[in-house]
Amino acid sequence: MLSDADLTAIWLTLRLATTVTVLLLLLGTPLALWLARTSSPFKGPVSALVALPLVLPPTVLGFYLLIFMGPSGPLGRFTEMLGMGTLPFTFWGLVVASLLYSLPFVVQPIQNAIEAQGARPAEVAATLRAGPWDRFWHVTLPLARPGILTASVLGFAHTVGEFGVVLMIGGNIPGETRVVSVQIYDHVEALEYTQAHWLSAAMIGFSFFILLLLYRLQHRKSASGMRYGI
Amino acid sequence: MKCQSWRRIQRCLLLAVAMLSAAVRADELTIAVASNFTAPMQEITRQFEKRSGHKVRLAFGSSGKFFAQISHGAPYHAFFSADQDKPQRLDKLGQTTKDSRFTYAEGKLVLWSSEPGVVDAKGTVLNQGAYNKLAIANPKLAPYGAAALEVLRHLQIEEQSRTHWILGENISQTYQFVASGNADLGLVALSQVLKNGEVTSGSAWIVPTQLYRPIRQDAVILKRGTELPALREFWAFVQSEEARAIIRAYGYNTPAPAASNSNNRREAPIHNTGHNHAE
Repeated sequence: MLSDADLTAIWLTLRLATTVTVLLLLLGTPLALWLARTSSPFKGPVSALVALPLVLPPTVLGFYLLIFMGPSGPLGRFTEMLGMGTLPFTFWGLVVASLLYSLPFVVQPIQNAIEAQGARPAEVAATLRAGPWDRFWHVTLPLARPGILTASVLGFAHTVGEFGVVLMIGGNIPGETRVVSVQIYDHVEALEYTQAHWLSAAMIGFSFFILLLLYRLQHRKSASGMRYGI
Repeated sequence: MKCQSWRRIQRCLLLAVAMLSAAVRADELTIAVASNFTAPMQEITRQFEKRSGHKVRLAFGSSGKFFAQISHGAPYHAFFSADQDKPQRLDKLGQTTKDSRFTYAEGKLVLWSSEPGVVDAKGTVLNQGAYNKLAIANPKLAPYGAAALEVLRHLQIEEQSRTHWILGENISQTYQFVASGNADLGLVALSQVLKNGEVTSGSAWIVPTQLYRPIRQDAVILKRGTELPALREFWAFVQSEEARAIIRAYGYNTPAPAASNSNNRREAPIHNTGHNHAE
């Protein structure tokens, strides 16, 4: 059934998806808040940038990341200056790529959830002398919880399913950059169709389960009158 | 207004008919080509198109992917693989035209860096380990990767170099890793770095062929191409001395046709499904 190499790839994928989801929640929530509340002229361009990975083929992203993070790219020069070497072919290179790739899947549900609650709850809290931080932490964020849940699940699942970007910047190193999707690709290319079937079936099962979980959560929230997120 | 658009339709129809009738005379061929053979194949088809008036559409990619696609009905007329194994398997699956298989090229490996002065004339940089990343094609998937592994074994540096390996899924990705400077060294196909018979960029060491078994690459006509006269013409052309000269200019050997035909016959047992596909 699943070989050691398969299990290593699964473990690596889970580690990658967890890291990316946590980082995206930390970075994406303030961004979503800003997008939901701002009337700045930059709102349009920033929204478009955030949504860009939805329409770009992963190969475009992978191609530019390879150049951008390489020894003659700006980010590559920066990381080399810090003595970290360059990012392609490393776990953290995959993390950076996945952050970009999964960004819209995290930002958009949170933004929707904040927009749906409107400015009113925070304003009411303000009349009760709640400071900006207090309002964000105790009013806006709890009300946006369904959206944040959706964002976490989607961000995680989307990172697990990533393939094109990893293939281009990963370098296929076991335990470091060979994630499940690449491992399946390897099996298929090597004509090891049985192993490819096993791992693919596991992926389908996992994806189904995670989406089922998502809809369950959504359903429960909507039953109690909170129809936010996707 | 009405009249105008009617005239436009007429014109379109006329154009379509003209194109159709042209298509009857000039066939369009669709050919799947292993990515290491990209450059020579483009030149060969350019010559062929000029001469014959037929049109050739080329798809480049990894042989493993093409194998999977072809065995599931992909509409290619012929397949130029990076190895001998996949055309043989297609033969056994009954997907090919009988006796069409031949060895079109023997690939060579080169140790290459996109920077000048990194690779010395004898490739000692490999032994000294004075490099950060070494890109090779995945030995499990690509014949050039398997050959690269053989070279590293011969030089007895397989283990010490392993931590520096970056695996490309095929030889063009491996090349891309080196060309973009993300890997300082790579074992790539000689054809990829050769222009007019010379290595023009970076620095290179052409790996002596004693260090690995020859990378023999076979081509087959597929079932869909069997009845096409244009493909017969193309087949004759790629085996002509003119095409073979192009192939050699890109750093391949071209084995004598007779020799390659003798090992083309269906001598392999039908039940052989061993996983020696990297050969």
